[in-house]
Amino acid sequence: MSAAPASTFEDQLRELAPQVLGALVRRYGHFDACEDAVQEALLAAAVQWPDQGLPQNPRGWLVTVASRRVTDQLRSDYARQRREDTTGALAPRDELEVPDRDDTLTLLFLCCHPALSPASQLALTLRAVGGLTTAQIASAFLVPEATMAQRISRAKQRIKSTGIPFEQPAEDDRADRLGVVLHVLYLIFNEGYTATSGPRLHRTDLTGEAIRLVRMVHRLLPQDGEVAGLLALMLLTDARRPARTRPDGSLVPLEEQDRTRWDQAAIKEGVALVTDALARAPIGPYQLQAAIAAVHDEAPIAADTDWRQILALYDLLERLAPNPMVTLNRAVAVAMVRGPEAALDLLATLDADDRMARHYRLAAVRAHLLEMAGDRAAARAGYQTAARRTTSLPERRYLESRAARLRDAR
Amino acid sequence: MKYMLLIYQNPATWETFSEEERNRVMNEAGEIMEELTQSGEWIGGEGLADPSNTKTVRVRDRVPAVTDGPFVESKEQLAGYCIVECETPERATEIAARWPDARYGAMEVRPIMEPGGEEM
Repeated sequence: MSAAPASTFEDQLRELAPQVLGALVRRYGHFDACEDAVQEALLAAAVQWPDQGLPQNPRGWLVTVASRRVTDQLRSDYARQRREDTTGALAPRDELEVPDRDDTLTLLFLCCHPALSPASQLALTLRAVGGLTTAQIASAFLVPEATMAQRISRAKQRIKSTGIPFEQPAEDDRADRLGVVLHVLYLIFNEGYTATSGPRLHRTDLTGEAIRLVRMVHRLLPQDGEVAGLLALMLLTDARRPARTRPDGSLVPLEEQDRTRWDQAAIKEGVALVTDALARAPIGPYQLQAAIAAVHDEAPIAADTDWRQILALYDLLERLAPNPMVTLNRAVAVAMVRGPEAALDLLATLDADDRMARHYRLAAVRAHLLEMAGDRAAARAGYQTAARRTTSLPERRYLESRAARLRDAR
Repeated sequence: MKYMLLIYQNPATWETFSEEERNRVMNEAGEIMEELTQSGEWIGGEGLADPSNTKTVRVRDRVPAVTDGPFVESKEQLAGYCIVECETPERATEIAARWPDARYGAMEVRPIMEPGGEEM
């Protein structure tokens, strides 16, 4: 028993949440009822533990409390079913023991099942695996709590109605399914990373949560190069967060960031992870993106950036996972190595792509290259076009300021 | 991505409807709202009072001027809005196309600006 601060209790609770849920689902089935019961048990613990101290076996405590709730719930469902004269019965099972296995990964596969919509995958992962409340998730995603509650309950209904089993995917399906899990965690990260302001809300906490979850997956699958690559990519990206916005929330481009404010510990960890992964695992897109982020992060000043290496990495990435966004980013590296004209030629190939032609980023990158090439009037028009196309307030503000800078410097 | 669906109605058209037709339109909108609530896409929405209740406020040289109106007769007017969050812009226009006012007036689909952004 100790009087640890509340945050320690919360960290411990959230670490235990998926293990407790896994134990319950293994025993009772009924993911839906078990998930509700675990949330209630977490709530009870959050109230009781800071007051009464940590129980000797916190996981056993949570499993016991949650089991009581779930059996009560299932019993009353069963009684109602019986009254309604149906034949369903709750099969009695053995007395509960707390298994040692960690079902966190199985749970992630379930929450990120391809049968669920992306919005549901995100919400359910944060609740069932992350141990966050519906209110916390809703405020992080800037939607009403009722909307988020609906996404979660819909996801649970879908799991029930499609009979998705609580087990890890078959071997031939595993790589694809892990890809979905990693993508969901990456989306959670980005949701937090791109937040520039907003209510205390903890939107930025989503980056921390995504990193925590990928760390958990990395601990369970230490050999997987893409898991390590994604963790490295998140750490190397998040390391720049203190420098990426000004106090008023406006965006600072990479080349103008105060690099002394970058998080060196995160950079060190990210570089070590990606270096190790590239040396021993099959190469993948997350590892390559992490390697690119590492080259940026290792340059003490923007002018020292090794653009040749970045270009070589983008060449590889484009071959491995061709996609117009990658081409767009590669164009910036081409401009730094071979000059803006070569890069503008490359951009011209994207105009034929329906997904890209009207995208603000194409207009923004083109404007940047035109500015490098000294065509100020065209650059200014390009920034204005990009500013009109973006649906992000801070991006619009940044692009408008780039356009204004060109006008003022006339 | 969040979208605002702006509902444009022509009050003159609305007035020609029988009570039965009006009820049918209202029920139809209610059913879509319920469906979007179930799917987790519904964020919110409201209907607006008749344009005759509108006031326009302008401040010039720090002096506020409040006038009644504008009253534009027999034209499509903003009658309400819905806010939805959808996976794709196509889904937002699909919802707009199903809203009954799309048949009698028009629906406008506009993306809502996001508070977050990427540095370049």
